[in-house]
Amino acid sequence: MSAVSTSPQFKRNAHEALRDANLQQALGMVRLGFIDKRQAVVDKLPEFDALRDSAREIKNHTLAHLDLYLERYEKKVQEAGGQVHFARDAEEARGLILEICRKAGAKTVTKGKSMISEEIGLNAHLEANGVTPVETDLGEYIIQLRNEGPSHIIAPAVHLTKAQIESDFRRVHTHLDPTRDLSEPRSLLTEARGVLRQKFLAADVGITGANFLIAETGTSIIVTNEGNGDLTQTLPKVHIVLASIEKMVPTLEDVSQILRVLARSATGQEMSVYTTFSTGPRRAGDPDGPEQYHVVILDNGRSNMLGGEFQDMLRCIRCGACMNHCPVYHAVGGHAYGWVYPGPMGAVLTPTLIGVDKAGHLPNASTFCGRCESVCPMKIPLPKMMRHWREREFERHLMPAPMRYGLGLWAFFARRPALYRLTTRAAMWSLSKLGRSKGRFKSLPFAGGWTKYRDFPAPQGDTFQAQWAKRKRAA
Amino acid sequence: MTSARDDLFANLRRSLSVTGTERIRVAEVEERLAEAPLGVIPARGQLDAAGRLALFKAMAEAASATVTEVESPEAVPQAVAAYLRDHNLPATLRMGSDPRLAAMPWRDTSLEIASGRSDGHDLNAISHAFGAVAETGTLVMTSGADNPTTLNFLPDNHIVVLSAADVGGDLESVWPKLRKALGKGAMPRALNMVTGPSRSADIEQTLFLGAHGPRSLHIVLVKDAASAG
Ligand code: SF4
Repeated sequence: MSAVSTSPQFKRNAHEALRDANLQQALGMVRLGFIDKRQAVVDKLPEFDALRDSAREIKNHTLAHLDLYLERYEKKVQEAGGQVHFARDAEEARGLILEICRKAGAKTVTKGKSMISEEIGLNAHLEANGVTPVETDLGEYIIQLRNEGPSHIIAPAVHLTKAQIESDFRRVHTHLDPTRDLSEPRSLLTEARGVLRQKFLAADVGITGANFLIAETGTSIIVTNEGNGDLTQTLPKVHIVLASIEKMVPTLEDVSQILRVLARSATGQEMSVYTTFSTGPRRAGDPDGPEQYHVVILDNGRSNMLGGEFQDMLRCIRCGACMNHCPVYHAVGGHAYGWVYPGPMGAVLTPTLIGVDKAGHLPNASTFCGRCESVCPMKIPLPKMMRHWREREFERHLMPAPMRYGLGLWAFFARRPALYRLTTRAAMWSLSKLGRSKGRFKSLPFAGGWTKYRDFPAPQGDTFQAQWAKRKRAA
Repeated sequence: MTSARDDLFANLRRSLSVTGTERIRVAEVEERLAEAPLGVIPARGQLDAAGRLALFKAMAEAASATVTEVESPEAVPQAVAAYLRDHNLPATLRMGSDPRLAAMPWRDTSLEIASGRSDGHDLNAISHAFGAVAETGTLVMTSGADNPTTLNFLPDNHIVVLSAADVGGDLESVWPKLRKALGKGAMPRALNMVTGPSRSADIEQTLFLGAHGPRSLHIVLVKDAASAG
C-alpha cells in the first residue's frame, strides 16, 4: 500500500475542481507564474536545447547500466561512513525508516520536501507509530496543516490562496497573538520561519529526498530555495535520505549538465538557491552535520519499467514543467489526479506505480496538445506514453466504450466552452512554435495535434459530433 | 529468503536482460567514472579573468546577493564592519577556523567575533568560499571546522569572502579543483552551492526573500588573492 488514491474517480474530481472558486483563483496564478519565467530564462541560454539532449543521453546511459552504477554508489556511500538500505516497495521503505527513527529514539522528525515520501505515505506511518513528522518546506508545511496531499510536485500548496493559508495559520498557531496582521504573504512567511525554526532545532532525525545520487562519489543532492532541506539534514543527529533507484547519475560532470536544465524548467531560475551535495556523516573534526547518514533506496515498481515502453519515464527529474504547461492541469489542478503525481508526468507514472485498474483514466486527461513534451527538459515523450496506456486499456477493455476511444475525458473538456477554447489555444500555441522551428505547419493546428496520436479525424465542433455519430454507427 | 537488496538487483537485471558481469558494460561504466566526460559547456562563462569576475558579480546580484570588491584580504574586516553598519545590523560576527579569515586584521574593527558552529542565535556569520561559478553567480562552500555548514543556513545575514582567483567560468570548473584538493572520488561531507539568499514562492507564486535560510547574502570579493600568501 502506498499513499491513498482517488485516481479512479478522476472525472468526479475534475467536476468538483471546476466548481471550486478558490482553486480556480489559485490556478490562474499557475498559468501566469511559471510559463513566462521559464521561457525568459531559457531564452537567455542558447545551449538550452543541446543541454536537454545531453541530459537525456546521460540518463539513458545511466538507466541502461543502472545495476552497476547502484553498486558503485552503494560502495562509495559505505566508504564515506554512510549506510545504504534497499526497499522493494513502499511498505519496506516505511519499515526501514521507522526502524532508524526508533533506534535514534526519535520523537520528532523534520522533513525536507520529498515526493517519494508522499508516494510511500510516510507521514501517516510515522504518526501511527508515535513519531511526529514535521514538514518544513513552506508549501508542504501548509498542506500538512490542512491534512492534504501536494497538488504540484514542486509547489505543493499552489492550489491555495493567501486567505486560505492565513486562516490555517490562525487555526494552528494559537500560541501567537490573535490580533496579529497576516494580510501580506511576507508576514505568513515570517511566521512560518519562526515556528519552524524551533522544530529544526528540536528534531531528532531529519529526512530529505534526493534530486540525484552520484555513483562516482556516493553523494546525494538536494535542490531547494528555502534552505529548509539543509537545516533538516544538518541539525539532527541522524539524516535519512529517501530516494528512488532512478535518481542515479554517474559523475559530478553529468549532474552539472542536468542541474542546468532542472532549475530553469522548474522555477525559471538560472540556478536554485541551494544545491547541496551530501556525502556520509560528520567527519572527524567537523563541528556540525549528522552523526549518522542513511540512504533508503526505493524501487516500488520502477525496475519493471526498465527495458519496456515506459523506461523513458525514468528520466524524469520532477521539474514540474509538464504540468505548468498542461491545459488540463490548469483547468482542474493537481488533486483531481487523485494521487501523488499530477499532470502529464503523473498520468504516465501513476498507472505504473499504483496499477492501471486504479489510474487507467489518467492517461486520458490530455488534449494531446504536445506542450508537455515540448517543454520537458529530459525530452520524455509524454503524449506517446499516454497513448501506450490507452492502447493497453483498450486491449484490456477496462473502459466503457467512449473511453476506449480515448474520448471520454476529451468530451468532458470539450463540453465546457471556456476550457475547450483554452485547450485549443494551447494546442495552437505549441504547434505554431513547432511549426515555426520545424517547418511542418500544414494541417489545422489542433487537428494536427490530435490526429498525430489518433486514427480518425480531429473532432471540431459540429463536425466532430457528426463524425462521432457516424463512427458510432459504423462501430 | 532473499534479501530486499538481492531481489531488487535481480529484478533490475531481469528487466535490463543483463547479468551484471558483461565485460563491455562494466568497461563502459568504469570508463565513464574514470574519465568523467564533459558535456555541453555554455559559452556564457568562457571569459578571461576580468570577464568572469564581472559575470559572477552580475549573476550574483541578479540572484539578490550583494557584492563588495576589496583590493586585499587585509581590507575585508573594514568592508564587513561597514556593511553591517550600513544595514543597521549589530557589530557581531561568527566564524569558523578558516586560516584565511583568521589572518585578517579583525582587531582593527570593533566587531565582536564568536567562533565555531552556530546554534541558531547568531544574526551575522562569515565564511570563506571554496570557489564560485560565474555562469550563475553561485558560491561553492565546503563543510568542516574551517567553515561550519550551520553558518551557511542559520544566521539571518551571511557574509562570504571569495578570492577572485577562485572564480571559475562554469559549473564544471569546480570539479577538477575539488579533485585536486581532496583526491578523485572524494567529497567533503557537505558541499553547498549557494546562489543568493533563501526565498520561497509557495504562497500564491509570489517570491519573497528570507525563507528558512539567510535573509541576506553579502559577498566580499577579494581581488588580489596573491597577497593572502
Ligand atoms: S516529465 Fe519532464 S517536464 Fe514533467 S516533471 Fe518529469 S522531467 Fe519535468
